[in-house]
Amino acid sequence: MASRTLRVSLVAAVGVAALAACAPPAKNTGSGGSGADAATATSAADLGGMDALVKAAKKEGKLNVIALPPDWANYGNIIKTFGDKYGIQVTSQQPDAGSQDEIDAAKRTKGTDRAPDVFDLGQAVALANTSMYAKYKVANFNDIGAQFKDPKGAWVNDYGGYMAIGYDSAKVPAPKSIDDLLGPAYKGKVALNGDPTTSGAGFSGVLMAAVAKGGSADNIKPGVDFFSQMKKAGNLVPVDPTSATIKSGQTPVVIDWDYTNAAHVNDVKTWKVALLPNVDPVGGFYYQAINADAPHPAAARLWEEFLFSDQGQNLWLAGGARPIRADAMVKAGTIDKAKYDALPKVTGTPVIPTTEQTTKMSDYLAKNWAAAVK
Amino acid sequence: MSRLARLTPSLALLPFLLYLTVFLLVPTVTVVVGAFAENGTFTLANITALADPVALTALRTSVLLSAVSAVIGAVFGAVLAYLIVSGGQASWLRRSVISLSGVLAQCGGVMLAFAFIATIGYSGVLTVWLRDHLGIDIFGSGWLFALPGLILVYAYFQIPLMVIVFLPALDGIKPQWREASVNLGANGWQYWTQVAFPLLRPAFLGATLLLFANAFAAYATAAALVSQGNPIVPLLIRSGLSSEVLLGHQHLAYALAFEMIVVVAAVMGMYGLLLRRTARWLR
Amino acid sequence: MRTSPAFRVVRVVLLLLFAVFFFGPLLAMLDFSTRGTNGSRTWAAWANLVEDPELNRAIVASLLLSLFTVVLMLLLLVPTMIWVRLRVPRATRLLEFLCLLPLTIPALVIVVGITNVYQWVTYFLGDHVLNLTFVYVVLVLPFAYRAIESALSSIDATTLAEAARSLGAGWGTVIGRIIVPNIWSGLLSAAFISVALVLGEFTIASLLNYENMQVVIALLGKSDANTSVAASLAAIAFAFVLLLLLSVVGRSRRTEGKVT
Repeated sequence: MASRTLRVSLVAAVGVAALAACAPPAKNTGSGGSGADAATATSAADLGGMDALVKAAKKEGKLNVIALPPDWANYGNIIKTFGDKYGIQVTSQQPDAGSQDEIDAAKRTKGTDRAPDVFDLGQAVALANTSMYAKYKVANFNDIGAQFKDPKGAWVNDYGGYMAIGYDSAKVPAPKSIDDLLGPAYKGKVALNGDPTTSGAGFSGVLMAAVAKGGSADNIKPGVDFFSQMKKAGNLVPVDPTSATIKSGQTPVVIDWDYTNAAHVNDVKTWKVALLPNVDPVGGFYYQAINADAPHPAAARLWEEFLFSDQGQNLWLAGGARPIRADAMVKAGTIDKAKYDALPKVTGTPVIPTTEQTTKMSDYLAKNWAAAVK
Repeated sequence: MSRLARLTPSLALLPFLLYLTVFLLVPTVTVVVGAFAENGTFTLANITALADPVALTALRTSVLLSAVSAVIGAVFGAVLAYLIVSGGQASWLRRSVISLSGVLAQCGGVMLAFAFIATIGYSGVLTVWLRDHLGIDIFGSGWLFALPGLILVYAYFQIPLMVIVFLPALDGIKPQWREASVNLGANGWQYWTQVAFPLLRPAFLGATLLLFANAFAAYATAAALVSQGNPIVPLLIRSGLSSEVLLGHQHLAYALAFEMIVVVAAVMGMYGLLLRRTARWLR
Repeated sequence: MRTSPAFRVVRVVLLLLFAVFFFGPLLAMLDFSTRGTNGSRTWAAWANLVEDPELNRAIVASLLLSLFTVVLMLLLLVPTMIWVRLRVPRATRLLEFLCLLPLTIPALVIVVGITNVYQWVTYFLGDHVLNLTFVYVVLVLPFAYRAIESALSSIDATTLAEAARSLGAGWGTVIGRIIVPNIWSGLLSAAFISVALVLGEFTIASLLNYENMQVVIALLGKSDANTSVAASLAAIAFAFVLLLLLSVVGRSRRTEGKVT
C-alpha cells in the first residue's frame, strides 16, 4: 500500500511540476496609455518631441539599470546626474554582473517591474541577442558613424577604450614593454581584470599581450604563453582587482581598460595608466540597447537621449572613456577639451576583433587557458 | 487496518512534498533536463563533455577540497562544540559562540576572501608583521590562492557550521550515561570510545556529510579568492552560465550541475552504508 | 562534572586558539575599514553606512524575510521530520536526500530553474521582496534538517510517543507537547542558522533583482572600498547581536533539565 501511495503522490508531484514549469498567463501590468506609446516609439518625435518624452519618463518615475559599477566610466556620476536632472529614481542592479548576466536577468524578470530597462553590453553578447532590443534612434543618431550602430537603432556603440596597464607608481616602475612585467620588480603584483574565458576585459588583456608578443586577433597563443610565463615567475596574482585590493596594495599593477584603470586614481593617489608603447593597442566598444520589454519604456528612452547628449558624452569622457560622438563634438566645440586632451595618446592601428575572430580566440582559450595558468 | 488507515501516514507528508516539488524539484528537473538538451533536442554531447580534462580536473579538485575541508571542519567543530557544551547550558560563552558560529557559518564570498588576503596575503597585516619582525615569509609562492589556501578559508565557515549542527547532538548526551559507565567501572577513555562516540557517530557523520555538500557547491568564496582558472566545478558552472566571451555553454553548465547532484548522491550512499554498519544496535 | 583544573586550562587554551583564528580576519577587516590617508584612523567609512535610507528599508525587508522563513520552515519541517521518525521510517533516506539536495545545487543554477515558478508566485502574490521566503525555506532545509535531526536522534522519540499515546494523547499532543520541548535545542539551532542564512543571502536576491540587505550593502560598497568592508563587518555584527538576542529569548523558554 505504501508503494501505491508513493505512485499516486509521484503522479501528483509530476503533475504539479509540469504545471509549474509552464509560464503563467501574461499579466498586463497596466502601465497605461503613455506606457504603450513609449514602448513602440522609435524616436522622440513619435511621442511628440523631447518635452513629451521627458514628461512621460517623469510619469513613470523609475528606471532600472544593470551591471553599471559606479567607478566604470564614471557611471556613478552619470546615474546621479540623470536622477537629479529629471527627478527619476534610478535603481542600479547587479553592478558586478557581466554582459550575459544582463540578458539573463532581463529574461528572468520579464514582465515584472524589476526587469532592467537598458543594457550596456560587450560586443559578443550584444550582437548575439539583437532580438531583445527595442529599435530607437536618439536625437544625435546621425552623428554616429554607420559602423558603430545598427541602422534601425536596435543597438549603438556608446563609448570605447583601449587595453592599458595601470600601476601604482609609488610601488613599481613604469613598464616600458610587456616583458618588463616578467621582471622581479613585479613579483606578486600583476592582476588581470577577470578570467579571459568569462570576462571581456580579461579576454582583451590576453589579446593585448598576444599583440605585444607578435600575435594578432587571429593568433592569441603568444598572449596565453605570456601569462603562463608570468604565473610561473610568480608575478601574476590570480585575484580580480577591485578598489579594495588596489587600495590595500595587493594588486599594484592592473591590466584592464584604460577608463576603468583611470578610475583607480581615486583609490591611490600615485596611480598611473599607460598604453604599451610601440604596440598596436587593443580597443573595444560597448553597446547600448533598450530592453524591448522594458517596464519603464519612456524613462529608458530618455536615458538613451541623456547618454548620447553632449552632457552624457562628456560625463563618460570624465571617466576616461572615449565617447562615440567625440569627433562630432570636437568639431562643434562642445567636448570637454581638457579631459579629451588628457586621454592617453594612441599610437599604431587599433586592434578590434570581429565576431568570428573573437569566437576562434575564445575556443582556443577555453581549451588552453586553465592549464596555462595553473 | 483499512486502506485509508494504511494510506494516512504517508499522506501527512503531502504538504511538505508538495512544497518541495514546486520549489525544489521543478528547478532540479529543469536543470537535469537541460543537461541532456541542446537547442531543444536531446543530446548526450554535454554529458560526454564532462569527461574533458578541464572538467575532470575541476571535479577532482572540488571533491578533494570538499572532503578535506569537511573533515577539518567536522573534527575542529566537534572539539569547539564540546568545549562550549562543557561550560553549562546558559553560559554567556555558549550563547556568544553559538551566535557567532551562526553568523560565520554563512559568511563567505568576496568579504571572506578579502579578509584572509588582508591578513595573510602578500601585503597582509600578519604577513608584513612576520616579515618585518621575525623574517618569516608565510606568503611563499602564493599558496593562499591555490588548494591549500582554499581549504584554510573554507575552514572558516565549515567549523562554525559544524558547531551549529552538532551541538544539539552533544546536548543529548545524558549525564546518566556517564554515571552508569563509571558505576560499571569504565574510565574516561572507555566511556568516550565505547559509549559516547558510538552514540554520537550518526549525528557526526551526518554533519560531516552536510559540510561536504556545503563546500562542494560553495563558489562565491572561491570565485573571490581564485578568479582565474576555474579550478572547481561551481566556478566552471558560473563560467558556462555567465561568460561574456564563450557564449552558448549554458547546457554544459546544467550538465555540470547534474554531475554535482550525482556526486553528492553517491557520497550520501556511502554515508548510508557507514551508518548502517555503525548503528546496528541503535534505533 | 568536568572540573579538573587540567581540563580547564586546556579548555581556555583551545578556546583562545579558536578565537585567534576566527577574530584574526575580522580584525584585519576592521583595520582596513578604519584606515585613513597616511596611516591615520578614521570612522568615516562607518558613518557612511548610517546615512543611507535605502539600507534601512533593506534591513527591514531582510528581517521580515528571516522571520517568515523561520516560521514557514519550522511549520513545514518539524511535523514532517517527527512524523517520518515515528510513523514512516522508510521515508528517512528520501527525506534526508531531499533536504540535502538544495545544498548540492549552486545558487546560480537554482535561479535558472526557479524562474518559471517565481513568475507564478508573482502572478498570485504580486511582486514583493518577501516572495523570496519560498526559495529561502528551501535553501535553509539542509542546515535545519541536520540540526533538528541531531536533536531528534538523541532522544528516544518512539518510546516517548508510545508512552504518550498509551496515556491517551492524540498525535497533535505528542508532537507539540511531548517531542518538541525535548528537541528545543535543535529547533533553536535550526532557527539560528536560518536567520543567519537569510541575512547573509546575496546571490539569489541579486540575480532576481530583489533588494535585500546584502544586495544594498554590496551596492553601497561599490562606491568605496573602506565602506564595503565596513558594511560587511557591520552586517556580521548585526546578525551576531540578533542571534544573541534570539538565544536569550530561546533559553528563557527552556525547561530546566530534560523530560525523561
